[in-house]
Amino acid sequence: MGKMIFGRFLPGDSVVHKMDPRAKLLFVFIFIVAVFLANNAWSYAVLLAFTFLVMTISKIKLRYLINGLKPIMILLVFTLFIHIFFTKGGAVLVDWKFIEIHEEGLRQGIFISIRFLVLVFMTSILTLTTSPIAITDGMEMLLNPLKKVKLPVHELALMMSIALRFIPTLMDETDKIMKAQMARGSDMTSGPIKERIKAVVPLLVPLFVSAFKRAEDLATAMEVRGYRGGEGRTRYRQLKWNLRDTLALVVLVLVIGLLVFLRN
Amino acid sequence: MNEILSLKNIAFTYVPDQPEVKNAVEDVSFAVNEGEWIAIVGHNGSGKSTLARIINGLLFPQQGSVSVLGQPMNEENLWDIRSQMGMVFQNPDNQFVGATVQDDVAFALENNGVPYEEMVERVHEALAQVKMTDFLDNEPQHLSGGQKQRVAIAGALALRPRILILDEATSMLDPQGRAEVLATVMKLREETGLTVLSITHDLEEAMLADRLLFMNGGRKFAEGTPQQIFDLGDELVKLGLDLPFPIKMAKLLQQQGVALEGGYMTEEELVNDIWISNFKK
Ligand SMILES: Nc1ncnc2c1ncn2[C@@H]1O[C@H](COP(=O)(O)OP(=O)(O)OP(=O)(O)O)[C@@H](O)[C@H]1O
Ligand SMILES: [Mg+2]
Repeated sequence: MGKMIFGRFLPGDSVVHKMDPRAKLLFVFIFIVAVFLANNAWSYAVLLAFTFLVMTISKIKLRYLINGLKPIMILLVFTLFIHIFFTKGGAVLVDWKFIEIHEEGLRQGIFISIRFLVLVFMTSILTLTTSPIAITDGMEMLLNPLKKVKLPVHELALMMSIALRFIPTLMDETDKIMKAQMARGSDMTSGPIKERIKAVVPLLVPLFVSAFKRAEDLATAMEVRGYRGGEGRTRYRQLKWNLRDTLALVVLVLVIGLLVFLRN
Repeated sequence: MNEILSLKNIAFTYVPDQPEVKNAVEDVSFAVNEGEWIAIVGHNGSGKSTLARIINGLLFPQQGSVSVLGQPMNEENLWDIRSQMGMVFQNPDNQFVGATVQDDVAFALENNGVPYEEMVERVHEALAQVKMTDFLDNEPQHLSGGQKQRVAIAGALALRPRILILDEATSMLDPQGRAEVLATVMKLREETGLTVLSITHDLEEAMLADRLLFMNGGRKFAEGTPQQIFDLGDELVKLGLDLPFPIKMAKLLQQQGVALEGGYMTEEELVNDIWISNFKK
């Protein structure tokens, strides 16, 4: 659990870290769509190479990614084998006892694994190089046009940022309540599953009560400081679109052009 | 002197549809001059927080009126008046809105549509006033309680309000945090002439005020300088308010026949009088 890096932020000083979160979000979003353009060996090779290039620029180590995404890697290997053994078609490459590997199966397996890998790597690079609050800001700005169709963009972003702000506070609190219950003799870490679930109830109830109290206090504190919705608000956290952001998107467009050219 | 805040015959109940429940605040009137430090004391449930919420327009009284800077408060000028008042609450964690110190201080400015350049300037100014400039990018979980409360004060000050209301702002802090926060408020008052309304259970803190307001059962029981209020002595004790240490000590010594004048506001005054008390015989 502690080693899982999916969704985690790793502060750093690479160019990718310094990019505008809007550019990064757009980049990843377009990339995800573009991945489905690839349909032959050359185009998949380009995808893979491009992903490794981005990884190198963002100064994230391959080993770190693979270790941190272990459960996903296991799933990936599993998919690979399913395809290799069960997809039929094309010439038979191996025929040994009951194992029969077809050319098509091998091809499909490798392609799908690469697709999966680049998707997971790219999104992980996004979250590893961008703080959650910056992602929220970027999302809010990108979704701004949807306010016209009554999507409460500002409110959603605020909810998100408050949730992020309170995660550590509530974690601390959980820890405190857990210790308090343990001091009263409650055992949450051993025994049959049914007992353990029962032991969680005295943990959750105080946690919920306190979370509601916090929410009420926070609402009051926000009102006192003049919060009355998104209308007429200015922003303290400014996003700055630089040349490098435009360049990154241009490079992505070029790669897409290459993919279109290479696919059959 | 300039009257900055006045309350006239305020009455408030949380449950208007249940007349049998006693009003949380009953017939309270008082006025505050610009630059004064007022402490509101009284035991639990005596209506102190309710009063603070009425002053801030979070609650509207069923009877009476609140005027701020000569203007009676109503729904139209509510937000204007609110921007003239900063308020800091008890729990340091539950009033921290921003992701970092500077984001939190900027929150009120964002809400009031202050332009970006001015925001940056005011955030830095407010943080300098509470000596938290070094913690600009810190997240709340990496701050002590006292530091968080100072950030909350900076957040309240960023709008440059005329009045600061503290609702037990020091009660969840350790002695050091409490001293930090109090020193900050005192310094601010000296430098900017801020009017302070502090609700407190801490009598040492109450004694720092220019004037005390003693609430009991929703009513204003007494009002006066700390000296005047603590001279009520036994009456206060009967109503569940403890006396400050020097006053209590002097009382006990007097009962034992030590010739003391009484009415000490600080331990030092008491000590000075004790060691010359023998000469007075
Ligand atoms: N949200 C509420 N709903 C109903 N009754 C309330 C509410 N808040 C407070 N009261 C009641 O109003 C009265 C005054 O409460 P208030 O919170 O103003 O007291 P206080 O002097 O601030 O007390 P404390 O020192 O404990 O903070 C109490 O009798 C309380 O039970
Ligand atoms: Mg209170």
